Amino acid sequence: MSRPRRSLGVLRRLLHHRLFLLGAALFGIILAAALLAPLIAQVDPNKLSMRNKFQPPSMNYVFGTDNFGRSLWSRVIWGAQLSMFIGGAVVAINAVAGTAIGAIAGYFRPLDNMLMRINDALMAFPAVLLAIAVTAVLGPSVNDVIIALAIVYTPRTARIVRSSVIVLREMEYVQAARAAGAGDWRILRRHILPNAMAPLLVQLSFLFAYAVLTEATLSFLGVGAVPPTPTWGNIMAEGRQYMTDAPWIITIPGAALMITVLGLNLLGDGLRDVLDPRLRIQQ
Amino acid sequence: MAGVIARRLVGSIPILLIVSLITFAMIHMIPGDPAAAIAGLSATGEQIANIRRDLGLDQPLLTQLGHWYLNLMQGDLGRSLLLGQPVLSATMQRLPVTLALSGYALVLTLLFGLLSGIVAALRQNTWIDQAAMVFAMLGISVPNFYLGLLMIILFAVHLGWLPTGGYIPFTADPIGWLATSTMPAISLALLLTGLLARITRSTMLEVLRQDYIRTARAKGLPERRVVLRHALANALIPITTVIGIIVSLLISGSVVTETLFSIPGIGQLLTQAVLNRDYPMVQGGLLITTALLVLINIAVDVCYALLDPRVRY
Repeated sequence: MSRPRRSLGVLRRLLHHRLFLLGAALFGIILAAALLAPLIAQVDPNKLSMRNKFQPPSMNYVFGTDNFGRSLWSRVIWGAQLSMFIGGAVVAINAVAGTAIGAIAGYFRPLDNMLMRINDALMAFPAVLLAIAVTAVLGPSVNDVIIALAIVYTPRTARIVRSSVIVLREMEYVQAARAAGAGDWRILRRHILPNAMAPLLVQLSFLFAYAVLTEATLSFLGVGAVPPTPTWGNIMAEGRQYMTDAPWIITIPGAALMITVLGLNLLGDGLRDVLDPRLRIQQ
Repeated sequence: MAGVIARRLVGSIPILLIVSLITFAMIHMIPGDPAAAIAGLSATGEQIANIRRDLGLDQPLLTQLGHWYLNLMQGDLGRSLLLGQPVLSATMQRLPVTLALSGYALVLTLLFGLLSGIVAALRQNTWIDQAAMVFAMLGISVPNFYLGLLMIILFAVHLGWLPTGGYIPFTADPIGWLATSTMPAISLALLLTGLLARITRSTMLEVLRQDYIRTARAKGLPERRVVLRHALANALIPITTVIGIIVSLLISGSVVTETLFSIPGIGQLLTQAVLNRDYPMVQGGLLITTALLVLINIAVDVCYALLDPRVRY
């Protein structure tokens, strides 16, 4: 089957997958809010208004205000933008670095042992612990959080790509390409990697969720982006002191975080069911 | 079996070597002067020089590496700058707390994860199956600290049933331990319960389709016996392999859970160390926790080999 027809078939199956559509809708809402932040949250998320502190959600303050009278609507929407940016950046780094490391390890067997031992060592660290240790070393900033999350999650992506490449490099069509005189890089680029994309795409959608979740965890612990930059994690951390009188400071950004992760998990499940049916959770 | 254990232990040596090398390198990746970063902004030149000397940062890199491994072999991971006590003893003091909490969460995970996964598989495509899978999906999507905060608001602040935080050791007061550990354990276990329920359901469905299950039913065995003796016994074998992942996620989750509920375990210790730039504590704590996880994974692999005679390492 030609590639465009196959892509159309995949798209049609995705559009008939109800949970995928639900995930896409949930994630789409958060993504749209993040992209439209300058339009829909025009109040400066850091603008203080002590007269209006602890306002509960109302027509005037849709999500209420925090202990400094800052609009929680603005802070949550701009927090969404930061979460999407960090998640997207980690996924992009993973897609490039994870694919490169996994493809090299899987295809060039002499390098496999060395690369995979380093990979295994990085995967042996508990993810959140490694992330906070790396941010402790590099410092708490958005860029350093992205680097920390990329270090934590790239080995996981590399392992998945490597598994696919190991299987594909032994396939007859690859042997045929080699016999026809194709070079290693051409075989990798033209014949192996395009066929290793399905599990990679599934992994990247779940990875987006992990990255958003881990970033929120780091911010909650105080080792993520530095306040007053609004992140869902640090809004919730600040709201902890006021959870009796102003629980909305915690519940609203938490719900936004949950919707994002739920949406991405449903998207990932749908992609896996359609693209990589061997791994599907039995229906 | 001794051969399996020996092979897995030998196989873990390169991983532990690289883990220790990465941990050693961490302090040298601090941008600028590590000693100045550790000392903080208000430190004098003399204080910075003292830290540099105490941590051996004034030595050539290879000498530092040699000392690191020499000390490591003697169980010396340096002294915590914040606590003033050896890193190893500080970690070992808090390890039982983290292990007790993780153990409690693991019991909840196995109980509810396996049960809901099995029931969902046996009642495939019924409302029970759908409810269990919705619960599982929500479980893997709710951040554990968010669930913890919601439980604090409901059960501690509004209903007053449980304390908002703190920790009472099991040996001092078992009821008090249960009261202080229940909310943290649930918040740790929910994600893993969801994960395990999905895997268990999937594995059970796979096993229930096998020929030997059809044979067992055909020869008239009661359904209970088919499920428990034939299906579950075989489904549990691949499920064993995810226990290692679950324990790793428990340790990761304990970092934020312990901080949220003010539980004096390793997670809280390391968070405090990071926030106070106590790098020897960060290095040592990270190394000990990771080494522990590597050993737990070896134990899981050995159990796997014991349960399934086809497995060879």
